[in-house]
Amino acid sequence: MSGERLLTIDSLSVTFGGLDALKNLDFHVDEGEIVSVIGPNGAGKTTFFNMISGMVAPTAGDIVFRGESLLGFDPNQVTARGIARTFQNVRLFANMTILENVMVAQHCRTKQGVFGALFNTPGFRREEEEIRAHAEKVLGFFGTRLIGYRLHQPASVLSYANRRRLEIARAMATKPTIILLDEPVAGMNPKESEELTGLIGKLRSEWGFTIVMIEHDMNVVRDVSDRVVVLDHGETIAQGSFEEVSTDPEVIEAYLGRPVEGAS
Amino acid sequence: MRVRHAPRTRVDWFLTFLRFSLTALVTVGLLAFIGQQIDPDNFFARAVNDDASRLSWESIKDLVVSGLSQGAMYGLIALGYSMVYGVLGFINFAHGEVFMVGAMTGMITSNKLADGGLWESNFVLAILIAIIVSVLCSTMTAVLMERVAYRPLRGSPRLIPLITSIGVSFFIQYTSALLLGPGAKSYPQLPDWLRDDIPWLGIEGKKIVVLVVAAVSMAGLWYLVERTKTGKAMRAVAEDKEIASLMGIDVDRTIVTTFAVGGAMAGVAGILWGILFGSVTEFTGFLPGIKAFSAAVVGGIGNLGGAMAGGLTLGSSESLAPQMVLEPLGVTGHTQLKDAVAFLVLIFVLLVKPTGLFGERLSSEDRA
Repeated sequence: MSGERLLTIDSLSVTFGGLDALKNLDFHVDEGEIVSVIGPNGAGKTTFFNMISGMVAPTAGDIVFRGESLLGFDPNQVTARGIARTFQNVRLFANMTILENVMVAQHCRTKQGVFGALFNTPGFRREEEEIRAHAEKVLGFFGTRLIGYRLHQPASVLSYANRRRLEIARAMATKPTIILLDEPVAGMNPKESEELTGLIGKLRSEWGFTIVMIEHDMNVVRDVSDRVVVLDHGETIAQGSFEEVSTDPEVIEAYLGRPVEGAS
Repeated sequence: MRVRHAPRTRVDWFLTFLRFSLTALVTVGLLAFIGQQIDPDNFFARAVNDDASRLSWESIKDLVVSGLSQGAMYGLIALGYSMVYGVLGFINFAHGEVFMVGAMTGMITSNKLADGGLWESNFVLAILIAIIVSVLCSTMTAVLMERVAYRPLRGSPRLIPLITSIGVSFFIQYTSALLLGPGAKSYPQLPDWLRDDIPWLGIEGKKIVVLVVAAVSMAGLWYLVERTKTGKAMRAVAEDKEIASLMGIDVDRTIVTTFAVGGAMAGVAGILWGILFGSVTEFTGFLPGIKAFSAAVVGGIGNLGGAMAGGLTLGSSESLAPQMVLEPLGVTGHTQLKDAVAFLVLIFVLLVKPTGLFGERLSSEDRA
């Protein structure tokens, strides 16, 4: 099922003032895969995402996307190459409308500049129309929750679950190859997270995105992942299918702690 | 349910006292003015200031129109302060100098055109050329300023670019004095139809031109910011630079665009200054700059509609208040207190609504 190798991460390390947030991390994603990254709090999962998206520069190692190293790129250049992400603590443009949030995400996919806008050229109008149509298509992915009268409301009025959905829509709108989802179901109720699990599957089957996901909800991880990577203290301690990983003694130890010696 | 406040301190009482006394003074002044307008022998007006003279409707109209036209000019400059504050979070005090560069280059261009004869033969074309040249020059000044002075300081505490901007301001003032010589330089004379009153309105033509040009520029800016992707990128960068960058927006380029657009607006304002007052010195940027900054704060800094509204509020109050509030109150030398009025308006608005007329503060909890 997996295709061409998209993203290769080669012995990546980052140090924050003496603290090794990541140590010699190796990682790869193939086209069409859904990979989950799990691990206890503080394991370095979000730092790992920050590094791929160009927000934090690694101390050592390399990130290669489609044969091109991403080191030294600004986040907007990484996005332009096809990697989008969402955030654990949702970060929308609260003062912009829902439609604008998704339209602005297509910024790097458009060509028209200020002059087209000032003179309202046909090319500019056509492009605005396309951006708008694509935005509505992406928002329609979440059913009726984000469209209709919602389109022109500011993002700050949305419920928590809808803010999460809008953030995913915004990532989709950048027309990426890979979407990095940082705890997509955090704070959702069981019904909502089950629904979102289904949508994550559809992101691959219907939209053709490759997905890397950080998640704490093991039901979600089990249901959608092809492969699970476990991080602890900045190192990979296990990887494989959900069944393999969930029975790995080292993983159980990382989550639950070591049994006391001699205790019965 | 009553929200529990922190106990009121002496400072709070003092501020409340200030609020009430300022409001009371303005109310008494206005009432006395209205009284004397209705009846020259109005008891209340005579009691407050016996020497106050009645204003004719003609002069009230004149005051309103000059107030609005100056206010529109302040508003155009204020946009630049507000936009840069929105995107970078610091006050670019050198923005007044961008306006001065606009007025200066407009002066040079129009004098050259007057020498060539185009100013007299085809005034509309000549003023259009002057507007284009001064807009280009002030845009370039703003962009260069960002590149040379502010970009190296990106990421440092906000106070540092703020202090730098004061230095940039002096640099531009004295460079202008060095290149063009110090002192006032005048624009060529405007054609008669601009200097005379328009017959059926009784308003000077140049003031109408200023109002129209300001309205058109404001509409263009509104369209750019609200309706185009460049504008969306600017608003996205203003809200959250990191996320904007992750959405594929080149933050540095957007910041340059912001400076350029603010500079263009200041360039238009510079030409309007030339049309209204006819002369310019290297220090022309200072007082209008500070007043435009006040206008941006009055309207709610970071809010573009607010900047324009703040400009109009400030312009009309500094034009109207001396005759309508200060004179009836018996303040001596009221005609020279224009500038003081502008800053009193600022203080009053900050006392009553510290975020400005249209400003709203987003706390971190409000962010989605």
